[in-house]
Amino acid sequence: MTQEEIFDVIIVGGGAAGLTAGIYSSRAKLSTLILNEGAIGGQMVLTEEIANYPGVESTKGYMLANTMKNQAKQFGCKIKSNLQIKSYHLDENIKRLVLEDGREFYGRSVILTPGGRPRPLGIPGEDEFKGTGVSYCATCDGEFFTGKEVIVVGGGNSALEEAVALTTYAEKVTIVHQFDHFQAFKHAVEQAEKNPKISFIMESELRSFEGNGVLKEVSLEHLPTGNNMTMNTDGVFIFAGYIPNTEDLQGIVELNERKEIVTDSDLRTNIPGVFAAGDCTVKKYRQVTTAVADGTIAALSAAEYLRS
Amino acid sequence: MKHLHTNLHEFETAAELEKYINENENVMVCCGRMGPMCIPVYGVMEELEEERENIKFAVMAFDSPEAGIIRNDPACRGFMGLPFTMYYKNGKVAHATSSIQNMQQVTSVLDEHFGA
Repeated sequence: MTQEEIFDVIIVGGGAAGLTAGIYSSRAKLSTLILNEGAIGGQMVLTEEIANYPGVESTKGYMLANTMKNQAKQFGCKIKSNLQIKSYHLDENIKRLVLEDGREFYGRSVILTPGGRPRPLGIPGEDEFKGTGVSYCATCDGEFFTGKEVIVVGGGNSALEEAVALTTYAEKVTIVHQFDHFQAFKHAVEQAEKNPKISFIMESELRSFEGNGVLKEVSLEHLPTGNNMTMNTDGVFIFAGYIPNTEDLQGIVELNERKEIVTDSDLRTNIPGVFAAGDCTVKKYRQVTTAVADGTIAALSAAEYLRS
Repeated sequence: MKHLHTNLHEFETAAELEKYINENENVMVCCGRMGPMCIPVYGVMEELEEERENIKFAVMAFDSPEAGIIRNDPACRGFMGLPFTMYYKNGKVAHATSSIQNMQQVTSVLDEHFGA
């Protein structure tokens, strides 16, 4: 191993937190590499419009992500994306990350920003009907359901807001939620409740998707009674929250019961030289702005660690 | 006029697409918008374009009337999720997928139809 092959900072993840950490550490003249398993931008690119990012009146999520990526690259940050990390070796002074294709990368410090992803229901037929009835994006796929009947799964802001948005296209929208109340903000619930095209099935969960090439029906369970029913539908939109992408980090860094990475206020994990930032960490609010703040703190903490 | 902000070749007409797939043995075309389900697929294609020299990668704007050549293809019957991704072998559709696909899913199709 030559000295040149060891990066000062390796960042895992290329969402808002990872790109910001990349901007800060590469601008601080630290050799920096971002390893990203998906497409650059993370959850940012899942956002059609970002209207609450300070200093920017309104922008598309992918445009903000692209600007951050270009900023990081201009400061010398190297970015490798769409790869798969096979194993993490973080306990030594020089950290080692091994990719599925056999490549190895070494770093004096590591910032973990793997982000999160939409929570799938994990029930039979979900993968089979993805794109032929099962969707995770109303903005993208809503118009395919013009004049049809659809189900929205979830009880948070995304579910309620997307259900209202879907009424632009769909003839009827049924919201299925596992609890007897919604987690969404009051105004989002009110908007849904007063929409004549929306109806509700509470305290129920989907159990399977059925069809023949395209989705035809779903089976539901009413949780308090255990009664099952089938329901004809043309489509199901799933907004069941997010889960942190930390499966590969289990047993490596400290996670809480929700599989989020535990850090201190400087975003240090339980391993010296390993930091974490963004949606994968224990936090209450998950916004682009909070991810950007996290990325900044983690990069500065990593720089301080390297100086010491 | 180009509609998709990618680094990939973009077809503006159906005739251009037809000519391209007939002149190239292996072609992957992603037909979508600049939306959250489509952008990750473009990202995968941009990465693969550097590695897979035996395959041509391109995009087409879903809302262009010219994209009817993809939207109305029999292989896309029943598709209800963007993007529509087409894999052409010697000018014919070898495979088609609907909705977001990750690197593993795309490379699996490429390996199967175009060779590893």
